[in-house]
Amino acid sequence: MAPEPIISVRNLVNRFGRQLVHEGLDLDVMPGEVLGIVGGSGSGKSVLVHTMLGLRRPTSGEVLFEGKELSQLSEPELRAVKRRYGVTFQHGALFSALTVAANVQMPMREYLDLPNDVLDQIAMLRIRMVGLQPDAVVKLPSQLSGGMIKRAALARALALDPTLLFLDEPTAGLDPISAAAFDELVNYLRKSLKLTIVMVTHDLDTIFATCDRVAVLVDRKIIVDTLAGIVQNPHPWIREYFHGPRARAARQEN
Amino acid sequence: MAVDDMASAPPMTTSGGVPRTPMATTIIVVVSKPQGSRWEHGNAIRGTGKSATVCYDRRMPAATASTTLLAMENGADGMTLGLKGDWRLDNAAAIASALAEVGAAESQRMTVDFAGLTAIDLPGAWLLRQHLDALQARGVVVDMAAPVPEPFAFIAEITRETPVPVDSEGQGLPLLARTAAAIGRESVEQVKDARGALGYLGRIVHTGVQALGSVKRLRLPAIVRQVYETGIAAVPIVSLIAFLISVIVAYLGADQLRQFGADIYTVDLVAVAVLRELGVLLTAIIVAGRSGSAFAAEIGVMKLNDEVDALKSIGVNPLEVLVLPRLIGLVIAMPLLTIIADLMGLAGGAMLSSLLLDIPFSQFLQRMQEILAPTTFWAGLVKAPVFALLIGMVGTYRGMQVRDSSRELGRLTTVAVVQSIFLVILADAIFAVVFVEIDF
Repeated sequence: MAPEPIISVRNLVNRFGRQLVHEGLDLDVMPGEVLGIVGGSGSGKSVLVHTMLGLRRPTSGEVLFEGKELSQLSEPELRAVKRRYGVTFQHGALFSALTVAANVQMPMREYLDLPNDVLDQIAMLRIRMVGLQPDAVVKLPSQLSGGMIKRAALARALALDPTLLFLDEPTAGLDPISAAAFDELVNYLRKSLKLTIVMVTHDLDTIFATCDRVAVLVDRKIIVDTLAGIVQNPHPWIREYFHGPRARAARQEN
Repeated sequence: MAVDDMASAPPMTTSGGVPRTPMATTIIVVVSKPQGSRWEHGNAIRGTGKSATVCYDRRMPAATASTTLLAMENGADGMTLGLKGDWRLDNAAAIASALAEVGAAESQRMTVDFAGLTAIDLPGAWLLRQHLDALQARGVVVDMAAPVPEPFAFIAEITRETPVPVDSEGQGLPLLARTAAAIGRESVEQVKDARGALGYLGRIVHTGVQALGSVKRLRLPAIVRQVYETGIAAVPIVSLIAFLISVIVAYLGADQLRQFGADIYTVDLVAVAVLRELGVLLTAIIVAGRSGSAFAAEIGVMKLNDEVDALKSIGVNPLEVLVLPRLIGLVIAMPLLTIIADLMGLAGGAMLSSLLLDIPFSQFLQRMQEILAPTTFWAGLVKAPVFALLIGMVGTYRGMQVRDSSRELGRLTTVAVVQSIFLVILADAIFAVVFVEIDF
């Protein structure tokens, strides 16, 4: 029997005023996979992810987390779901008033009742996991470089041992070396922690380096296929995306 | 209840499970308590040897309650640490307190046995690993009995690189030296700050002189907008406060002066106080709170957004575009606001006089005309542009200082308001002394 999807989106419709963003969209995220979400600017990637996270109520349609519909859940049940996933935002969204350690501890303080020394130890684990040096714990987000901010954000997302990880543009704004190192880190953590990862990205290198399947948002619908399959898709936008001048180089390398 | 149940329950190792050796055997039993029951320390369970400690983790789900986490046994070849139960993140507090019981003094040789474990995750393994590392650093030989759970391989992987030691600057110094260092650092900061402010003043004057040369560079639309935002928009609040304060002054003054039958001097009091001091000072304080903070916040956000750098890259002087219009706008608006505050203050005094002291409005005006020197009104008004410059300079300067984070923005906005009010009052004191000296 095929495994149950960890998140399913069923017949999703999202509408802002007269603008229809999603029109009957279906998507399954299977456990253990890395799913890349791509699409042009304004195609509703962020809206889709926000809906999947339960941060936004869809106009119609449903989002099921392990078979339970998000909109039907009570507040404590939703909290329990939120404990199961970690999110990183495009610009890190680290709390600027808190040190890196305090940022990482924040979700643990919210959900668990742990003494400070234990929190410190576990925060150090998260920071080592994402490849930051231990001296980063006392730094404020404003003292970190772009790559370190992404890693610190990942450490915070991993704080509660999530099963599902959402990464929003994880490599945007990084130099190619840092971006490649981040891809490697994602692959490594995914293998070691058996994570399921949903990733919004425009970075073709990242897609080829990490993703098992790719979901493309076009014409208010979604086209999902394996990485090998999506490259062959005849849809003009997808062809342009994967066969444009920038895509060729990325594909050849991988 | 849990303790009593445990004492007879099969998984407990107090009676039968532990091989009794002639050596003293210590058993640490950590028990998780079912949810919903009160947090308490249970009674110590008598072990075969010394004693056993019992503590609870109140956050465990009921299903996995009553679980032993760690059993220590002293055998012939050192101590065996038998991990039991659930070693996952939810249990981290209990895990930490269980590990805290395992000290180096217990044995020079330890073997960790994972056989009894139901689950372990990364944080659990990390807490154990950290504790074992600390023990090893104190000379204890630690073995792990196979099979070692998966997370340990991951931890070995991420700790392969030796960490750079954390830089703890000046933490080892004695208190006195640290205090001296803090005072020194603060003094240097203050001097730097003062020099920075002076430099800022110079650059503004320079930019201003340059900009005066051409109408285009004066940016009239921006100035007009600033006059509107800092001046016209502030009229209601300035009027109201000037009116109320002067009513209060007149009321208190009348109360005192009536005792001498000198009611009419209330008019003198109100007129002089409002025109010389209150009108302009109240206006300045309100403007500092409204516009000084707005200047700092607006420019600060633009700094955070790199907008200031963007202006520079286009070849536009940010002082000319952002600071000068605000300063000029405020210098125009403040005197106008002060005149309104003066009028409203006098109106408040006149109203109170006619209601409370039976001094009709015409008499109020006549008395004012008799006692006021021609300079009284100007003695107040001349201060307005000076205060406006102080407020505008401090606000924009602090805004320009914002770097890196939104926390800085909040801090510097506060600093802008507090400092500009302080400077306004200081300047007012200097004015008062000077005016008395020159008999203005």
